[in-house]
Amino acid sequence: MPIPSSLVTLLVGMALVLSGLWVGYNVNLLPLDASANAPVYDSLFRVLFSIGTILFLGIVGLVVFSLVRFRRRAGDHTDGQAIEGNLLLEIVWTAIPAIVVLFVGIYSYDIYERMGGMSSLNDHSAMHRMPSMETMEASVTSPEGGQEPAARVWGGIGTGGAETNVLPVEVTAMQFAFIFHYPEGDITSGELHVPNGRPVELRMKANDVIHAFWVPQFRLKQDVIPGQPTVLTFTPTKAGSYPIICAELCGPYHGGMRSTVVVHEPDAYDAWLKKNSPVTATVASAPSNPTA
Amino acid sequence: MTVASPNDFQDSLQPQGWLRYFSFSLDHKVIGLQYLVTGFLFYFIGGAMAGVIRAELASPISDFVSRETYNEVLTLHGTVMIFLWIVPVVNGGFGNYLIPFYVGARDMAFPRLNAVAFWMIPPAGILLIGSYFITGAAQSGWTAYPPLSLTTPALGQVVWIVSVLLLGGSSIFGGINFIATVLKLRRPGLKLMQLPMYCWAMLGTSILVVLSTPVLAGTLLLLSFDIVAHTGFFNPALGGNVVVYQHLFWFYSHPAVYIMVLPAFGLVSEILPIHARKPLFGYTTMVYSIMAIVVLGLVVWAHHMFTSGTPPWMRLFFTIATSFIAVPTGIKFFNWLATLWGGKLALNSAMLFSCAFIVNFVFGGITGVALAQVPFDIHVHDTYFVVGHFHYIVYGGTVFVIFASIYHWYPKFTGRLLNEDLGRLHFLLTFVGFNLCFAPQHWLGLNGMPRRVAEYDPSFTTLNQISSVGALLMAISSLPFLYNVLVSAFRGQVAGDNPWNALTPEWLTSSPPPVENWIGEAPLVEHPYGYGVDEETLSLEAATGKDLWSGAGRR
Repeated sequence: MPIPSSLVTLLVGMALVLSGLWVGYNVNLLPLDASANAPVYDSLFRVLFSIGTILFLGIVGLVVFSLVRFRRRAGDHTDGQAIEGNLLLEIVWTAIPAIVVLFVGIYSYDIYERMGGMSSLNDHSAMHRMPSMETMEASVTSPEGGQEPAARVWGGIGTGGAETNVLPVEVTAMQFAFIFHYPEGDITSGELHVPNGRPVELRMKANDVIHAFWVPQFRLKQDVIPGQPTVLTFTPTKAGSYPIICAELCGPYHGGMRSTVVVHEPDAYDAWLKKNSPVTATVASAPSNPTA
Repeated sequence: MTVASPNDFQDSLQPQGWLRYFSFSLDHKVIGLQYLVTGFLFYFIGGAMAGVIRAELASPISDFVSRETYNEVLTLHGTVMIFLWIVPVVNGGFGNYLIPFYVGARDMAFPRLNAVAFWMIPPAGILLIGSYFITGAAQSGWTAYPPLSLTTPALGQVVWIVSVLLLGGSSIFGGINFIATVLKLRRPGLKLMQLPMYCWAMLGTSILVVLSTPVLAGTLLLLSFDIVAHTGFFNPALGGNVVVYQHLFWFYSHPAVYIMVLPAFGLVSEILPIHARKPLFGYTTMVYSIMAIVVLGLVVWAHHMFTSGTPPWMRLFFTIATSFIAVPTGIKFFNWLATLWGGKLALNSAMLFSCAFIVNFVFGGITGVALAQVPFDIHVHDTYFVVGHFHYIVYGGTVFVIFASIYHWYPKFTGRLLNEDLGRLHFLLTFVGFNLCFAPQHWLGLNGMPRRVAEYDPSFTTLNQISSVGALLMAISSLPFLYNVLVSAFRGQVAGDNPWNALTPEWLTSSPPPVENWIGEAPLVEHPYGYGVDEETLSLEAATGKDLWSGAGRR
């Protein structure tokens, strides 16, 4: 007696789902996770990877099975069955993908909210931390107050004013380098140094063309756009050095536009801050000009 | 109204014989083959550029060509492959050849406009490629984002704009012609819902072309003003807004993806039923899903801009809209699978390329739904993950269908069959080479390799070399194909008028067809997919999904 086809279908389906979940949770395609946002991203990735694996294996399985099982045998010149459609099947394979993409959409929206992507970028608490941005704008003639268009943040991922103790860093992108300026301590650096565990807010502007700030280990990227300041907030969670990569074509040396973000333990960061603050640096390198 | 017809030129200066393929011919079949052959010439040029890119990326340092040349080559590669290869071939090439047959007409609605549309392509292509040798080509990528496109050498950028404007104009002329032909030139008695699926695909595609290409034209005109006349539409130093350019550009260029894949969906819908000996499954839902893709395709553009400083509400809307385009696309794929199920599949080159299209496109579709999710996209946007994704869509999807279509319709074009052994060798090399080339790029993107770079982190060297080997295999795969196509035209096995025993109207005439398609009246084909037997063992009304999957009623 042959095995009922419904049982075979059920068993194949279960095997498919299990193998998809196994692949999603055991095959790691991602680099190290070094920000508070990265594990959240990775859980979304695992869900998408699992669903994608199930779908892909299922469809490839059907194609290969059909090609083998229903191949035309030599000398067979007959036609297949004249089945022109099936309403129930159409409803099933419309409804299931619709539910899956709706679930994925809502889930990724939730992830995005947890990353801070949905928080308002131009609320008052954010404004109060933005005074130095205005002074960077050449064309600003506005009085203080921070609500002029020049101070407007056009996009990115902010804190929504929920975080305290945020370390602000001004980022200037140009062909072909990133310059980091620390308002606390007035340090200018070609590398980004941040303390482990403290939220960092990058206020970014571009001098010439569009660039993009990307740290793969943080799972974060934001375009740096001339004329439109953007912001990017993250909290590093693992000490180490990670690459900063320009991800938007910006000219011939685009591929060489890289820098490094160094995540220090808080003590080491304080030491770095002290060592590089302009007062000590000036004393050390140019004692003849102490007023600088 | 007088309708221009190919016979108007008979006994005139219009050349006959092979010379008409180099002439301002009004015959839709000649124009279709003109598009096809021109497209293939540009495909090999664009492929050579891909070879330069892969050769440069075989080592992590910039050592093969200069950095400026590399950016020129990647700009030209993208522009040539989109505007001179895929769009003209799947729309102009197969569209011109097949649509008049499918609607039962003797030619397109506007034959002269049709010839004009084709003859805009060679000068535009020569201009674009010539710019590399004469003025230096554009260096800002096929997206030409300002301010980069305003600061790179101006002459090359302006030539690029002129060339793309010409190609866009050609595309609009073609689109108008297809809409008019499908809606107005149908043979009396032929209803819309009896048309072969490729007509619906071309109708949907042409609606997208007519609605969105003018937006690209306007955008590029403004960009050229910024370059030539120093206006400030997109120049932030003069108060312009660079993100507005991106919105306008992607308002065309996302629908452009559907302009490239919808005709391929249509072609596959013609090929599968014939070689599976079964009706196309779910005709009506296939039509509705094409139209749903057209509508949704117009409102998803900003998913290319999730890191461009777009506000949160916009990111949310475009995530949901983009995800939902997977639903009508999924319907089409499930219908193709159901078309295969229970058929008598001929495992020839056309079928193998079509099935590989399903596999590749599903992979690209899955990564596409993932890319639609804002948090996912923020990590991999502008990386090699995206490069891998869209090559699975346009190469693994559309180009595989183009090859399937060549194997399928070559006997119609020439009256001779292509060699199947060479065809299967071509398939094997293409399939292996393609996956070897583009699958590793997903991992590269996830782990930190941005796109459009000439140099990269040395830890990525091995996978890039694997990718380059895949590209080499793809280049080698074109040799058996070229040999097959050239030699079979003269020495191939004579095909007869209808070698596949097909029911669609283009096979119901001689191969190659006469000038006005049919001697005498055009046939009325009310059931273009009327294949199959066993109607008495399986009543259509009573059939359930279980019957279908379990194969009830099969002898």
